[in-house]
Amino acid sequence: MAQSFKKAAVHALGDPALQKALLNVKRGFVVKRETARANLPEFDTLRDEARAIRDHTLTHLDLYLEAYERKVADSGGRVHYALNAAEARDIVVRLCRESNAKLVTKGKSMVSEEIGLNAHLQASGIEVVETDLGEYVVQMRRERPSHIIAPIIHLKKESIERDFRRAHANLPPQRKLDRAEDLVAEARHILRGKFLAAEAGITGANFLIAETGSSVIVTNEGNGDLTATLPRTHIVIASIEKLVPTLEDASVLLRVLARSATGQDITTYTTFSTGPRRSSDPDGPSAYHVVLLDNGRSEMLGNEFADMLRCIRCGACLNHCPVYGAIGGHAYGSVYPGPMGAVLTPQLRGIDRARDLPAASTFCGRCEAVCPVAIPLPDMMRTWREWDFARRNPALKERLALRLWAFAAKRPRLYRALSRAAARVLAGQAGRRNRLRRVPFLKAWTVTRDLPGPQGKTFHDLYARQQRSKGQ
Amino acid sequence: MTEARAEILSRIRTALGAERLDRARRSAVTRRLERHPRGTIPARAKLIGDERLALFKDMLGKQGADVSQVATPREAVGMIASYLGTCNLPPRLRMGADPVLAALPWREAWDIERSLGTAQPGDRASLSRAMTAAAETGTLFLLSGRDNPISLSFLPEAHMVFIAASDIAGSYEEAWDRIRAVFGEGALPRSVNLISGPSRTADIEQTIVRGAHGPRRLYVLIVGEP
Repeated sequence: MAQSFKKAAVHALGDPALQKALLNVKRGFVVKRETARANLPEFDTLRDEARAIRDHTLTHLDLYLEAYERKVADSGGRVHYALNAAEARDIVVRLCRESNAKLVTKGKSMVSEEIGLNAHLQASGIEVVETDLGEYVVQMRRERPSHIIAPIIHLKKESIERDFRRAHANLPPQRKLDRAEDLVAEARHILRGKFLAAEAGITGANFLIAETGSSVIVTNEGNGDLTATLPRTHIVIASIEKLVPTLEDASVLLRVLARSATGQDITTYTTFSTGPRRSSDPDGPSAYHVVLLDNGRSEMLGNEFADMLRCIRCGACLNHCPVYGAIGGHAYGSVYPGPMGAVLTPQLRGIDRARDLPAASTFCGRCEAVCPVAIPLPDMMRTWREWDFARRNPALKERLALRLWAFAAKRPRLYRALSRAAARVLAGQAGRRNRLRRVPFLKAWTVTRDLPGPQGKTFHDLYARQQRSKGQ
Repeated sequence: MTEARAEILSRIRTALGAERLDRARRSAVTRRLERHPRGTIPARAKLIGDERLALFKDMLGKQGADVSQVATPREAVGMIASYLGTCNLPPRLRMGADPVLAALPWREAWDIERSLGTAQPGDRASLSRAMTAAAETGTLFLLSGRDNPISLSFLPEAHMVFIAASDIAGSYEEAWDRIRAVFGEGALPRSVNLISGPSRTADIEQTIVRGAHGPRRLYVLIVGEP
């Protein structure tokens, strides 16, 4: 994993198609979010309230889960708890078998990615079809989504066209397929048949509401609704921290969610599903199940990463991250990429198998600044780095270097003398262009770029001079 | 799976350092669920009358819906017929048993063939009634049931929604209260569908394309005065 992140990142930086596709992140998300935020004067107030709602829910999570579960039962649904991914997968397969499902449609769900649900369903002889357009393409390509809300942001439409021609080989080969409209129409046509034939539908949940026992999904395509409405069984898979107390609380969160995610004021469809169809209902599923997954969340609730559980999966931290913007989502090698993934993945997988992720940050702070629930992402990445350093007994070279630095840093006079000397030597080496092509111990940096030479005096010297001139 | 349940709840309590029977915690939760306090309501959601109506139309239009307002049920029927014509759709309509829709003067549009029930794969246009709406984002609230089957909102390519101007609320919170007034506290029908425009996707290169899986057109027909 350690090596593979660095390799994948280097590979991503040199992939011209990916680099071109990633330009859409800024064009599509960053600008639209800012416009949406600016158009709602109450945004910052709502953001503080959203954060408070999430904190209140998390500190009373056991009680809200109990209340939620009672409400689901009252409306005729069933709640199933799963400690880990394996338990969750087994429950879903059992529920599909109980409803005799051979074909299952699926709405977009990151938790289902987290537990590797599709592979498990297929291995159990159940055909599963992703219905969100992006997820459909991802499934076709046997890939992972590269973004938590825009699964194929890494692709140009030419490669999607090639995938469609390969996967839909029975359609006429001369058909026109070079516009986004053509691709959408073809997917609509093919998936319509699946929606109508599926015996079970699986969706995720953006929120679970304790007051009413409802699960909430937000979509623009309407695929989640067809998935939740047409089959005879509706299975919701969600992690335990998705709870919110009331419809009013959900309303506050909805006001910041879409604006932070896609820059829409609200998504086209926001659906509250509560239990199975009622006796007089002419449509809707006759069975409704909710699978609640823990998978490390209850542990996080008690450690330094508890704030991460506030996350409402809008993807703003990905969209505003210079590292994500440079390498895309796949290089992270985990289900959750970007800053939120760099905090979450070590918890899910163990820091030993994800140590490069919290290290892949410049700590520029934009992720925290745009987070609609104010998660201190840079602080938490730093905490992971500390955990990692403390645990893994770092290499001798690294320890020696740090000890040397600490020795000097604790002796201001020595430190100043050394940094002054270093600045002078480096400036001499840098020459007229003031660029350093090679620096001892900094090969990792200079192998791909030059290091700018020091600009004049050291910080301490400049500071001292400024203080003197103030004193005059 | 009851073991998993007990284990998860006990882990949560351990992590929080909380006692299950802690009275203060329990009453905080009960109180919040019973009183469901509101957060900040955006100023725009507090508009009333014509201003609210204008905001509602404006938001829906921005989100790609077609919107008309008429004074009488008779005109509403005429608008439905002409919308089908404008969209080049056959004069056929699928709808539920909603008494408000049933009471429209359909004889004014004798050529529209209406069939009751859930949407069928061949249906091209449907008509539902929204019980309420939130002007703040141009959001219709459709409630499942015999009167307005859920599938009408998603299967056909054109979805028309009838709403009385007086049923349009300002904020989501106000809409929830109107629903509570009918269904009671803490209870919802199987589906509450908040719909704010026609189906769309931006998955391919962030290009917005209409009619991803749901209706390509959403037509909102506002009837009467606020």
